[in-house]
Amino acid sequence: MSNYRIQGATGDWEVVIGLEVHAQVTSKSKLFSSASTEFGAEPNAQVSLIDAAMPGMLPVLNAECVRQAVRTGMAIEAQINTYSRFDRKNYFYADLPQGYQISQLYHPIVGEGKLLIARDEKAGIPEDKYIGIERIHIEQDAGKLMHDQHPTMSYVDLNRCGVALMEIVSKPDMTSPAEAGAYVRKLRSILRYVGSCDGNMEEGSMRADVNVSVRKVGAAELGTRTETKNVNSVRFVMAVIEQEARRQVDLIEEGGTVVQETRLYDPDKNETRSMRSKEDAHDYRYFPDPDLLPLRLEDAFLVECRASLPELPDAKRLRYTGELGMTEYNAAQLTAEVETFARFETLLAETARQAGKTEAEVATQVANWTLSVAPGVIKSLGDEARLEHNTAAANAAILQMVSANTVSGGQAKEIYEIVLKTGRDPAEIAETEGLKQQSDTGAIEAEIDKVLAANPDKVAEYRGGKDKLFGFFVGQTMKAMQGKANPGVVNELLKAKLG
Amino acid sequence: MSVDKQTVAKIASLARIQMGDAELERMVPELNNILNWVEQLGEVDCSGVEPMTAVIPNTLRLRDDVVNADPLTGGDRRDDILANAPAREHGFFGVPKVIE
Repeated sequence: MSNYRIQGATGDWEVVIGLEVHAQVTSKSKLFSSASTEFGAEPNAQVSLIDAAMPGMLPVLNAECVRQAVRTGMAIEAQINTYSRFDRKNYFYADLPQGYQISQLYHPIVGEGKLLIARDEKAGIPEDKYIGIERIHIEQDAGKLMHDQHPTMSYVDLNRCGVALMEIVSKPDMTSPAEAGAYVRKLRSILRYVGSCDGNMEEGSMRADVNVSVRKVGAAELGTRTETKNVNSVRFVMAVIEQEARRQVDLIEEGGTVVQETRLYDPDKNETRSMRSKEDAHDYRYFPDPDLLPLRLEDAFLVECRASLPELPDAKRLRYTGELGMTEYNAAQLTAEVETFARFETLLAETARQAGKTEAEVATQVANWTLSVAPGVIKSLGDEARLEHNTAAANAAILQMVSANTVSGGQAKEIYEIVLKTGRDPAEIAETEGLKQQSDTGAIEAEIDKVLAANPDKVAEYRGGKDKLFGFFVGQTMKAMQGKANPGVVNELLKAKLG
Repeated sequence: MSVDKQTVAKIASLARIQMGDAELERMVPELNNILNWVEQLGEVDCSGVEPMTAVIPNTLRLRDDVVNADPLTGGDRRDDILANAPAREHGFFGVPKVIE
C-alpha cells in the first residue's frame, strides 16, 4: 500500500487509479484493410475504401495484429481467450466514417493478467507490487482532426483510421501517481520487448485514459471516478492524477459531488477540464458486428506465439543480478530499454570472447562502461562522435586493455574518444599516442628511488608513523611518470620500499 | 418490449436523423410492430442451444499482413477517397468546424 495522501480540510484522502492504455499494434497494414500504417504520410494517402467506409466493403482481419495481441497477453501472464468476437461501438464523429468503431466489448481476446512494478523507495513505492490487468482487446483507431488550420473548417486525415490498437485495461489497483507512472513505464518496456508496439508516446503510439477517484483513508467504498482521455506521456499521467485527486477532494469538501464524466488534460495550465456535457455521450449501443465471424485460436498458433516471445524484463533483471552478479541498480538500468540491453549484451559477449573469460566475470566492467563511461564520452564529444565507429569489437578491445592493466581508466576514455572520432584501432591508438600505462617495475622502481632520495625528511616522518604521507609518495611517483604508471604497481612497490 | 415517442426521439438523435413531431408519431407504432414481430422468437424454447453468430458453420478468415495486397482494399488512392468530400483542402477533407 502506498502512503500517498491528499490532505483535505476534513482529514486525509487516498486516491484510486485505473488506466486504460491504447497501444498501437506494430503491423505493416491496418486491422481490417491492407492500407499502410506508416507514420508521417501525406494526409489521406493511406486510406482504403474499407477505411473510408464505402458501401459494400467488408473487413478482413489482419493475422499479425491477432498474433501481437496474443503475445502481449502471454507477456503479462494473462489468460488467452481462444474464442473472441468483435462488436460495434456506435457513435458519430467526423473522424470515424463508419459511424462505429469495431472493438471487442463482450468477448475480448485476452483476459486477466498482471504486471510487476518494482520497489522504488525514493518514488514512494516501498515494495514490489503486482498491478492487475483486467483485459486486452483489439480495436480500430479513428482518424485525426485538425481545428486550427482554417477559420471555419476542421480538416480530417483518415490515415490513422482503421489502424490496430490494443486497449490494455488495468484494475483499479494503483494508489499513487508514482505507481501509475511505474506501471506505464513497465508496460511500455514489455510492449517494446515483445515488439507488439513501438511505445513512441510522441507519435501517439501509446496514450492513456486515466481513471481517478478519491475516498477517505480506510473507506471501503470507491468514490465516483472521472476519466481523463488521451494523456500522452508518463509525466502527464502523473500530473493528471495529482490535479484530479486534488480537485475532487476540494469539490467534495466544499459540499459538491464528483460527476462521472470524461475530462481533458491541458498541459499548459496543468489542469483537467470537463470534455463532454451531453448526457447521452456514452450511449454506444454495442452489438456484435455482423460482418465478422467469431475468432477462434488454434493450439498450433498459440504454441508459435509463446515460442516467439523473447526473455522478458523481469526474467532478464533476475538473470543479471543472479547469474551475472550485477547490482540491482545496474540490472534495472540495463533492462529498462530494449536498445540498452541489446547494446550491453552484444558488448558483453564480445568482451568475454576477447578476454577468454565468462560473461559473469566481465559483466560488472561492461555494465559500468555501458551505463556511465561510454555515454559520458559520447555526450562530451557531441557531433564529433561518429557512432558508426562505436562497434562492440572496439569497445571490447578497450575494456580488455583496461582489465589487463595496459591502460588506465582515464587513458581508456581518451582512446575511446579517438575511436569515436576516427574509427582507428584501439590497440594501435594506445601504442601510437602513448596512451599506455607503465607496468614495467624496473622503470617505476627507478623513479620511486629518486622520489625517496629527494624527500628524506618525509620518508622519516612516514616511517615514524605518519601514514597519510603515502599518498604524497604515490602522487610524486605518478607525476614523475607523467601519469602513465600503473597505480597498482606503484602502490605495491612503494609499500615494499617504505617497509 | 415497446418504445415510446421519447425513446424514438433519442434513437433518432443518436443516429443524427432529424425528425419532426409528426414523423416521430408515425414512427412509434411502426417500430413497435417490428419489435412485436421479432419478439415472437422468444416463444421458441431454445434452452441448451448454443447462441448462433452466423448461419454457416465457419470461423473467421484472417489475412496476411501485406500492404496494398489488393488494389481494392489498399491505400494510395487519395483522389478516389476525396472524390466525395464536401470540400477538399490540401489533401484533407474539409468539414464544418467540429470543436466547441
